[in-house]
Amino acid sequence: METENLTVYYGKNAGVRGVSLPVYDRKITALIGPSGCGKTTFLRALNRMHDLNPIVRIEGRVLLDGEDVYAPGVDPVVIRRRVGMVFQRPTPFPTMSIFENVVAGLRLVGIRERDRLREVAERSLKAAALWDEVKDRLNDPAVGLSGGQQQRISIARALAVEPEVLLMDEPTSALDPISTQAIEDLLGELKEQVTIVIVTHNMQQAARVSDRTAFFLDGEMIEFGPTERLFTNPADERTEAYITGRFG
Amino acid sequence: MRSKIYGKPGDRVFTALLVVLGLTVMLVAALMAWELGFGGREAFRAFGFWGFLRGTAWDAVAEQFGAWPFLVGTLITSAVALALAFLPALAAAIAVAEYAPRWLGELVAYLIDLLAALPSVVYGLWGIFVLVPLVRDHVEQPLFLWSAEHAPALMGVLGPPTGIGMLSAVLVLALMIVPYASSLARDAIRLVPRSQREAMYALGATRWEVVRRVVLPYARGGIFAGVILALARAIGETMAVTMLIGNSGQLPYSVFGPAATMASVIANEFAEAEGGLQLSSLLAVGFLLMLLSLAVNLVADFILRRMSVGEGRK
Ligand SMILES: Nc1ncnc2c1ncn2[C@@H]1O[C@H](COP(=O)(O)OP(=O)(O)O)[C@@H](O)[C@H]1O
Ligand SMILES: [Mg+2]
Repeated sequence: METENLTVYYGKNAGVRGVSLPVYDRKITALIGPSGCGKTTFLRALNRMHDLNPIVRIEGRVLLDGEDVYAPGVDPVVIRRRVGMVFQRPTPFPTMSIFENVVAGLRLVGIRERDRLREVAERSLKAAALWDEVKDRLNDPAVGLSGGQQQRISIARALAVEPEVLLMDEPTSALDPISTQAIEDLLGELKEQVTIVIVTHNMQQAARVSDRTAFFLDGEMIEFGPTERLFTNPADERTEAYITGRFG
Repeated sequence: MRSKIYGKPGDRVFTALLVVLGLTVMLVAALMAWELGFGGREAFRAFGFWGFLRGTAWDAVAEQFGAWPFLVGTLITSAVALALAFLPALAAAIAVAEYAPRWLGELVAYLIDLLAALPSVVYGLWGIFVLVPLVRDHVEQPLFLWSAEHAPALMGVLGPPTGIGMLSAVLVLALMIVPYASSLARDAIRLVPRSQREAMYALGATRWEVVRRVVLPYARGGIFAGVILALARAIGETMAVTMLIGNSGQLPYSVFGPAATMASVIANEFAEAEGGLQLSSLLAVGFLLMLLSLAVNLVADFILRRMSVGEGRK
């Protein structure tokens, strides 16, 4: 996946300007930068979530397997199936059981066979490191779980439809340290199967989990490179200022 | 000090005021119930509570009174009206809250709400002058003639094709309760958090799938509350029904034919009730109507607690 000169306007104001970022397959790309710098805006452009907001206008290209996801005739529903998303706050569907939450995406494509659903639910919950905690109460309501568990439900739910890319917008910012740890551990395993783009305003987290890091500031991408290089030897002085904690 | 002077006495006054108001409301309701029950005591004494409830005769000359035909009339008309109104009301709510552009949604919502503001006598008049002739000439008579030719057995079930009767009453009633069901459903749908919708969109859902799998389940408490409000409204509706239903004291036996509801029989006969027993019977019907409304509300509250999601959850 890759963006070319991507600009996202909210009305007249650009939330993100001219960003060209390569997202490497089966790697974790972290987006860092101070609050309001456009990380979320950028991320949501990747799976066309901005389509839901009529004031947003998008320029530039977002390429998935070499094809522009914004090209005329491309169905955003198909794009969102291929590029999944996990939000900042856990979003379990409150009327559904744990099981139904996880297989919600499969139900959308009309899969009904109980065995198949169970198999996928188990696989996704294992991938989200939640299986052991919930396997005996799959039919309980998902809202009864803790925040960390709910967030892993959201991850399992996104994984269940086997996306090629998984977008995560500060997935641990609402969680306690132990849940955060659980999710960070998970990311390392997940990248075997899926390309990950993760937004975080926690630099340690970006350093710990990602292979590449992009630094955003005021809607622009200032610097992009291998995580280790970017954190030890930033090319831009604004990046350096940010990672050494001198602002933001 | 400050809190002692300003905060606490104010709080206490306010609390006391609320308690007094609450008690007053309850007292008035209890008084009404007692008044009706007491007024109906002669009827209950003459026929017994269950005897009166299950009695099918309503005959002022023979001094025989039973509430059953009206109870059945009320239950049938309100249930059928609700069944007819529910889907259009829900569809309108979804269209307004989810699909229509904002200005159009507001306009349609306003027009639907306006339906609730019309006095019911207006519905009655509209029913008599517009709906009744329409129903008679274009629904009842063709059906009646058809059944006369092809299925004579049906004629009794259909009843006289006069336009005045259950069918017209139910149609008007359905129209009257649409705004109640619709506006509560609409509010509930609008209150579904954006994060819930986005979570489903992100899984690759279409708009309709988001509505069906996220929005409606999430809003089900409010939708159900609207249904109950509409049902309560249908059960209690008096004027329009009285004008259209034909007011027969017999068990409703046909689709087109005349019938009566608990509310309509009271309105219809109260002014010219002769003799104490008839008056008492009417009050007793009022008492039963109150019990029915209370039962509907209690059951609804019980169910609502179980199905509400989010803020309303207990
Ligand atoms: N829905 C919106 N409507 C208008 N402006 C928005 C909207 N969302 C974000 N913005 C603006 O876009 C800029 C980038 O925001 P965002 O992408 O949320 O930043 P981040 O996720 O890095 O904190 C901010 O200036 C913000 O005010
Ligand atoms: Mg953000």
